[in-house]
Amino acid sequence: MQYETLKEIGQGYAERFGFSMPERSVFTTGKGLTEETVRAISASKNEPDWMLTFRLKALEYFQSKPLPAWGPDLSAINFDEITYYTKPTETPGTSWEELPPEIKETYDRLGLPEAEQKWLAGVGAQYDSEMVYHNIREDLKKRGVIFTDVETAVKEHPELVQRYFATVVPPNDNKFAALNSAVWSGGSFVYVPPGVQLEIPLQAYFRVNTQSFGQFERTLIIADEGSFVHYIEGCTAPVFSKDSLHAAVVEIIALKGARIRYSTVQNWSTNMYNLVTKRAVVYDGGLMEWVDGNIGSKVTMKYPAIFLKGPGARGEVLSIAFAGTGQHQDTGAKIIHLADNTSSVVTSKSISRGGGISSYRGLVMAKPGLKNIKTKVECDALILDGNSVSNTYPRIDIRSTGATIEHEARVSRISEDQLFYLMSRGIDEKEAAAMIVNGFVAPLVKELPMEYAVELNRLIELEMEGSVG
Amino acid sequence: MTIIVIYIKRGHMNTLVIENLHAGIEGKEILKGVSLNLGEGEVVALMGPNGNGKSTLGNVLMGDPRYEISEGTIVFDGKDLLSLPAYERARLGLFMAFQYPVELPGIRVSQFLFRIAELRRNPPSGYAAFYRELKEYLEILHMDSAFLDRSVNEGFSGGEKKRLEILQLLVIQPRCAIFDEVDSGLDVDALRLVAQGINRLRGSHFSALIITHYRRLLDLVPVDRVYIMEQGRITRSGDFSLVEALEREGFGALKEQETPALQA
Repeated sequence: MQYETLKEIGQGYAERFGFSMPERSVFTTGKGLTEETVRAISASKNEPDWMLTFRLKALEYFQSKPLPAWGPDLSAINFDEITYYTKPTETPGTSWEELPPEIKETYDRLGLPEAEQKWLAGVGAQYDSEMVYHNIREDLKKRGVIFTDVETAVKEHPELVQRYFATVVPPNDNKFAALNSAVWSGGSFVYVPPGVQLEIPLQAYFRVNTQSFGQFERTLIIADEGSFVHYIEGCTAPVFSKDSLHAAVVEIIALKGARIRYSTVQNWSTNMYNLVTKRAVVYDGGLMEWVDGNIGSKVTMKYPAIFLKGPGARGEVLSIAFAGTGQHQDTGAKIIHLADNTSSVVTSKSISRGGGISSYRGLVMAKPGLKNIKTKVECDALILDGNSVSNTYPRIDIRSTGATIEHEARVSRISEDQLFYLMSRGIDEKEAAAMIVNGFVAPLVKELPMEYAVELNRLIELEMEGSVG
Repeated sequence: MTIIVIYIKRGHMNTLVIENLHAGIEGKEILKGVSLNLGEGEVVALMGPNGNGKSTLGNVLMGDPRYEISEGTIVFDGKDLLSLPAYERARLGLFMAFQYPVELPGIRVSQFLFRIAELRRNPPSGYAAFYRELKEYLEILHMDSAFLDRSVNEGFSGGEKKRLEILQLLVIQPRCAIFDEVDSGLDVDALRLVAQGINRLRGSHFSALIITHYRRLLDLVPVDRVYIMEQGRITRSGDFSLVEALEREGFGALKEQETPALQA
């Protein structure tokens, strides 16, 4: 797999993902954010009153909260220049042919219809503010699996939405969760009935096409007792000179004995601020796995969280970050043990090069007095040159007797011995460096769905261009 | 016309010509005017006490960028090696088995071997063809195919590392190979396998420079000539009888630094 991808060096982000189509909208709120913007979004969606009330309250939170005083510098975000809502088409489709030609062409170029045919149980595609396509295999639909956009779920499954919406990430959780709650649009709603196991994954693809745009999808996944679902998300955007903003909220509920794996390959263009709140609650004996790959964006702040609420619940976060020139990947994990016999594993690998900054920011804590808590945190950083930076901010706060706590952190560089060894076998310096970097992330990359693993390896090759020699 | 006849005659053409080579690292000169020839099809031993520049010569030949070359020339198959990076030297057919093969976490042996096979002078037609070839080499070296799924050298024992070096030798089939103390730290069985690997390539199109301390590898891999390196220079050369003389008398006026027992 790796050597196949090595041959494709030279086809850059701009051509493969960074293209843009003419801007199109059937409705847009234009630049800036006021109460009117929020009302216009809500009206456009024909929402129930409770949702408008929820949005307006969240707007207050957003406006009253300062930017985070820690982490990457966000002061350059100009909130007045952003367009918060753009509806690209009147109605979402369930076949690619129904889509407007430029939207269809976008997804064709990104290979989504092909991927759906080959290896997915269902696909959702968001274009700017709206999910323009959602489709799930007929047999899964018959077994009661729901996979739709959140707006449709609000109307068709109000009992489920009202029961779980904003219960995992409350609107006042942080400034960007508040912003999302005020102007949210699109995202997936997934419900898997008790005992239903989806052998092949569902996938959502998020595409931003408009310049200086804010995408605020909201995803809600409920895995009922004993069920399993693997949900994958990918995202890309055109390369623009002006910055855009992506502030998503993802809420996951794994009920008793359920398992959810949520894999992300974030590949935004480097003019994107990616400030995402992702959180899961896991009940008795359930398992939540976040597999989080961050390759793109200008700034990412994302710390997938797991609340282990029921006895025997388990949580795992696998995180890969790649920070190149002009990029700041501030990622990590947050695990809260709230019941006996719960366990967690956090594995983080980051690569910094060309002046990029990658930070691991993690928190593992347990309610005092719990029995048999296990946690293991391992972070490895690879720094490729003298200008680049890796930071580690691990925090483990467990006050109980008999807990098993493991923590390891390592920072390394590509050694000249390794480069020379590979070069002595005929491998040129650039490829040698890419092989070493791929090897460094290999244990995590193999956890990704294969197509994404290929993509991630390829991206590393591309990112490595010009990074040595 | 006679000149042409002489050139194609085996043994007359030099694969590797080193002349007056001065090289060092971090400002310290280690090689102080090395001259050495390796004829086509020749297998030559380079012996000498520790710390006298044998491994430095290997690394400089292979193109380790950390060494500074202050004087001299290295010509390989008529091409000036010193102007080429290591990977281009490798692609011309030069190979080195390392004394301390480096660990490459996450790089699978199978992927690695296939990639270097793709870069050799006659690449395999595909992975299937390559795998058939590889299985044969694994048998020669008594290596289990489970090796292929491990990361290169990661967690390998000393003997496993050396066998992987020889496996790479067989995969690449170079024109000329340097063996940098490939015999150190090997038990008798492993040494025999390593020797078998080297001997398999012997022939009119393969030449080798075997850097070693002791004769036990040379008993298994017959050499055409022996060079002795002392204090950064070639001080003596001769046939195998020189090895026997060394065994009796040690390295000239210099005392042997280590006893064979300690080295093993």
